[in-house]
Formats: sequence, C-alpha cells, structure tokens
Amino acid sequence: MSAFAVNAFVIALLALIAFLALRLHRLFAVVMLSGAFSLTAAAQFVILDAVDVAFTEAAVGAGISTVLALATLSLVPDEEKPHSIAVLPAFLAIATGALLMAAVSDLPAFGDPSAPIHNHVAPEFIAGSAGKIDVPNVVTSVLASYRGFDTLGEVVVVFTAAIAVLLIVGGYTRTARRKANGQDKGGRNAG
Amino acid sequence: MQDDVVMRVVAKVMIPAVMLYALYVQFHGDYGPGGGFQAGVIFAAGFVLYAMIFGLNRTRHVWPARYNLLGFCGGVLIYGFTGVASMLLGGNFLDYDVLRDDPTKGQHLGILLIEFGVGLTVASVMLSLYLTFAGRVTHLRLLSKTEAHEKFLAEEEARK
Repeated sequence: MSAFAVNAFVIALLALIAFLALRLHRLFAVVMLSGAFSLTAAAQFVILDAVDVAFTEAAVGAGISTVLALATLSLVPDEEKPHSIAVLPAFLAIATGALLMAAVSDLPAFGDPSAPIHNHVAPEFIAGSAGKIDVPNVVTSVLASYRGFDTLGEVVVVFTAAIAVLLIVGGYTRTARRKANGQDKGGRNAG
Repeated sequence: MQDDVVMRVVAKVMIPAVMLYALYVQFHGDYGPGGGFQAGVIFAAGFVLYAMIFGLNRTRHVWPARYNLLGFCGGVLIYGFTGVASMLLGGNFLDYDVLRDDPTKGQHLGILLIEFGVGLTVASVMLSLYLTFAGRVTHLRLLSKTEAHEKFLAEEEARK
C-alpha cells in the first residue's frame, strides 16, 4: 500500500510538472520545471531500483541540460511567442499516448520472474557478472563488457554530437577561421 | 557573479569536492552505481561551476579549447584501441579476456580502460558544449587567443 502511495505521488508530481511546463510562457520557468521533472523522474527510477539510470538522469537531465538551456536562454527572448493550439499534432500526440497506455495492460507485471525479458540472456549475464567477469555491479559488466560494442556506438554518438555543435555554433568554419586568422595564426579559439 | 565573495569562496570549496566525487564515480563504477558517463558529466559540472563563478576567460586560461578536442578524440580512440588491442592479442574486438593472462583480470583491465575513455569523452564534450554556448553569449568566440588573454589580464589588473 505504501509503495503504491509513493508511486502515485511521484507520478502525479511528474504529471503536474509537465502540465505546468506546457501552460507557462516564461521560458526561464519552463527550463527550471524541466530540471525539476528530471529530478522527479530520477526519484522514480530509484523507486524502480534502477540506480544507474537515476544517477544519469539526475546528472544529465537535471544538471547539465538545465545549465545548457539556461546558457541558450540568454540568447533568446524571455517569453514564448503566443500561438494557438495546433489541432492535428495535439490529436496525434494524445492518440499515441492513449495507444501506449492501452498497450501497458499487455505487459508482464513489474518484476515478474517469468517475463520473457528475464529468461533470455539475462540469467547468463547475471551469472557471468558474478563469476567470470567478477564485477559486483551487473549494469557495469553488461554495459562495458557484454554490450561493449553498443557502448562504443554510444560514445561515438556523443562525439559526433559535439563535432556537429562545434561546426554549427562553435566557429570552426572557414569564414570564422579566416576572420580569426586575420588577427592570430592559431584561430582555434572557439568552444 | 564574479564579484560575489560568498559565491567565490563556496565555489572554491565545492569544485575540488565535485571533481573528487567524479573520480570516485568513475573508478568505483564496478562496485556501485555510476561509471564513465555519470563521472564525465559530474567532472564537467565542476568546470561549468568554475566558468559560471570566475568567468569564461579565466576558464579558457585554465582549460584551453584544444584540451576539449584532445579529450573527446582521445576518449573515443582509447575505447577503440582497447578493442583493437584485444584483436591483436588474438581475441575478438572488445573481448577483454585476452588482455591479461587471467580472463577475469583481463575483463577488469578492459572495463577500466573503456570506462576511462567514456569518461574522458563525455567530460570534454559536455564542457565543450557549455563553453561554446556560453562563448556565443558573450560574443568572445571570434576574439583571437591573444585578445582573449589580454582581456583576461586587463580584468585581473582591474580587480587589483
């Protein structure tokens, strides 16, 4: 019962924050609310025993993303432009959400040991993590060893994102470099 | 925020603690929650705090932009070369068993190396993103290195 109460409270808080973020037009408040949303989502992940995910959500979602959004905010006006509700996108979003909620009832119960996801490769990973790899944190052994190739892909995605941002806003373009070269040979003064 | 004594003092106490915690998260990831991704973000957050309190010029003085480039290229390369090393030693790509005589020790070494690569990449990417956006805000991005440095020195003089 108490577990249900905690879950209901956190989910209700998430819904409330999301609703407020939709309603407000002051962008500073929206950025702060998105940080609060991430922190509440991190709390929900802790309740679901996914501490590694919670850690990432708190550090990236509530921390760095908020800071980056604030840095961007000083480049744009304080208020969102007034606009009317776009009917078709709103309908599509609500319909997709309703379909997803309907699909939830077909999922196995949370933590059900007979669920297919727990009977495929997971037992091998858990046994290997305690035995052959000898790393107590199963998340680390899966992420770094069993799924090392996927993690390499993720790191390359992060790397590519940084390259793209530097190319678009960082001044690593021929024009910017020429301008900088007029004053200084180095020219690597961005980012 | 640069003239606020309370902020500066608190930041000076906080930043080493933040960075030490990032290193703990990085190297304790095998035993507790955390790992390269989280550690990288926390480490970058320490620098972001420094940049917010002490200004971008000082941050660039401490940590030039090319360090970021070296960081995220180097991180991906460390990860990739760990995989190539295991291939050269006769295993599959990223099969850490062959890195040392004992497969378990090999796994530990491989995980340590690739987590370090991940942490390095994420920390420099996050820092680079922040400095790029904040640099655009202050319109300093087109100043040359020397100009930015001179401005920094002038600011230091004015502070005294």
